[in-house]
Amino acid sequence: MAFLFGCAAITVITTAGIVLVLGSETIHFFRATGESILEFICGTQLEPEAVPPRFGILPLIWGTMLIAIGSSLIALPIGLLSAIYLSEYAPRKLRAVLKPTLELLAGIPTIVYGYLALLLVTPALKGILEPIGLQVETFNALSACIVVGVMIIPMVSSLSEDVLSAVPRGLREAAYGLGATKFEVSTRIVLPAGLSGVVSSFILAISRAIGETMAVVLAAGLRPQLTFNPLTSIETMTAYIVGVTSGEASAGSPEYLSLFAVGMALFVITLTLNVISGFVLRRYREVYQ
Amino acid sequence: MTPAPLSPSYEPERQSRRILGPIFGLACLVATSTGVVVLSILLGAVVAAVIRGSQGGSVLGTLGHLLTSMQSSTPESAGFRAGVVGSLWLLGLVAAFSIPVGIGAAVFLEEYVSAGRIRRIIQLNIANLAGVPSIVYGILGLALFVRAFGYKNLAFGPTLWAGGLTLGLLILPVIVIATQEALRTVPNSLRQAAMALGASRWQVVRDHVLPSALPGILTGVILALSRAIGETAPLLMVGAAGSILRLPKGPSSRYTALPVEIYNYAKEPDPKYQAVAAGGILLLLALLLTMNATAIVIRNRYARSSRG
Repeated sequence: MAFLFGCAAITVITTAGIVLVLGSETIHFFRATGESILEFICGTQLEPEAVPPRFGILPLIWGTMLIAIGSSLIALPIGLLSAIYLSEYAPRKLRAVLKPTLELLAGIPTIVYGYLALLLVTPALKGILEPIGLQVETFNALSACIVVGVMIIPMVSSLSEDVLSAVPRGLREAAYGLGATKFEVSTRIVLPAGLSGVVSSFILAISRAIGETMAVVLAAGLRPQLTFNPLTSIETMTAYIVGVTSGEASAGSPEYLSLFAVGMALFVITLTLNVISGFVLRRYREVYQ
Repeated sequence: MTPAPLSPSYEPERQSRRILGPIFGLACLVATSTGVVVLSILLGAVVAAVIRGSQGGSVLGTLGHLLTSMQSSTPESAGFRAGVVGSLWLLGLVAAFSIPVGIGAAVFLEEYVSAGRIRRIIQLNIANLAGVPSIVYGILGLALFVRAFGYKNLAFGPTLWAGGLTLGLLILPVIVIATQEALRTVPNSLRQAAMALGASRWQVVRDHVLPSALPGILTGVILALSRAIGETAPLLMVGAAGSILRLPKGPSSRYTALPVEIYNYAKEPDPKYQAVAAGGILLLLALLLTMNATAIVIRNRYARSSRG
């Protein structure tokens, strides 16, 4: 009994550990650099090696948002349509094949997607866009958006599909009885009934895109800049953290400490999204007997 | 009695109803098939890159070469031996830590605490941990296991211990959630029958609940471990080094891991290294596929036996 309680306690201790580590080192960071939180979040200059170093992470936040928005534009519609197809349209046998395939896709490590962006997506973008006069950099945000988008499709489709197929059959039958077509049943009956689950899966997928690291490091590069051009290199918060660890920053230096502060910002953003997602799912769930 | 006047929008025969439906169905089908298409392109591209790199040799021969050679400054002789051995070490350490702890936590939540505040708090905590980005676990591992907040004699340094514990914490919530789901499928009548015969709570769990939930638990555990195998970012944080030329001797050795080596080769601009990276990806995918297939076989066998 004590052992079992200890096991459960480890999960709580992990959370406490994350908060403690990020919190204490973030405080060290702000003490060491004398920056204010406002300068940190809203500053546009990220020059850890300059003298004095400057840590404004707005370019990182912007880079992260660019990836999150771009990949959502791909993943949310495709994921939702897949979920509707699997739950409403697919014949039983086809569904039995498609569902495990999507699960398999979800199990592929992100490093593989990153490699694919370099090997396949970026050269394809160059081939398509450069003839019409657009300059595509080797590391670019669009390529990262595409692979991250593909990566989070299974998440949207499988979570949404669970909710859509849980909508009771009686609702569908009633609508068909009134003469509705399959399209009308799917979009006016099933989708609204499962909306809380769909929205919650959307939020979780966005949170996943924000926390994604390897695909973004390999595809989008390590150049922090505020740009609207998705064909140039950017840097996300996760990529910055990897960049600092693989660089020369010595333990205790402001640059080293900054990785904890950026990690804290990342943790707060993803935790907020996850909590909102859980809240939407519970609060707005339609309960059927 | 006169019938109620029809609403002006009542138009059961309108054209759009007949056209929109099939278009929508087709769009859904196309969206769903993107997954399958992407999976085939992905595998095709990686295999093609390996074939291009093998220069006339067989793919299996190339993979065998990659499996047996260490890192090298020339792409022709570079391989993943150190990474594969490191990843297997990590797998063992992660399993030794997270399987007992994960199952223990799940049994505690499902079988020992009644629904109340403690259970709600732990449950919410686990759900949130499952959504924490893997790189944040890397930061935790760096501060806690690698550096121990600067207390040198407590710190593991960038060793297999640090990597294994970090990945262990990372997949812990996944194992807890999967085990809980498996425990919930065990019918209550089983527990009540055993208790009625005088079994203690622990005897009920050990002799009846765990054995009958075992296939579900195993499936969840294997899927969680396969997630640990593919993780790269946290390992970069806790010091899986780029250039390791010796195999690890024990858990306190320095190490590298297969996905970390793939990352290092993929970064190189030389296309020959790209082919080496593709070979590493095939090795990684083969390992993952074997694990996933095992999980599916266990799940299917269980589904059949419980029906019969």
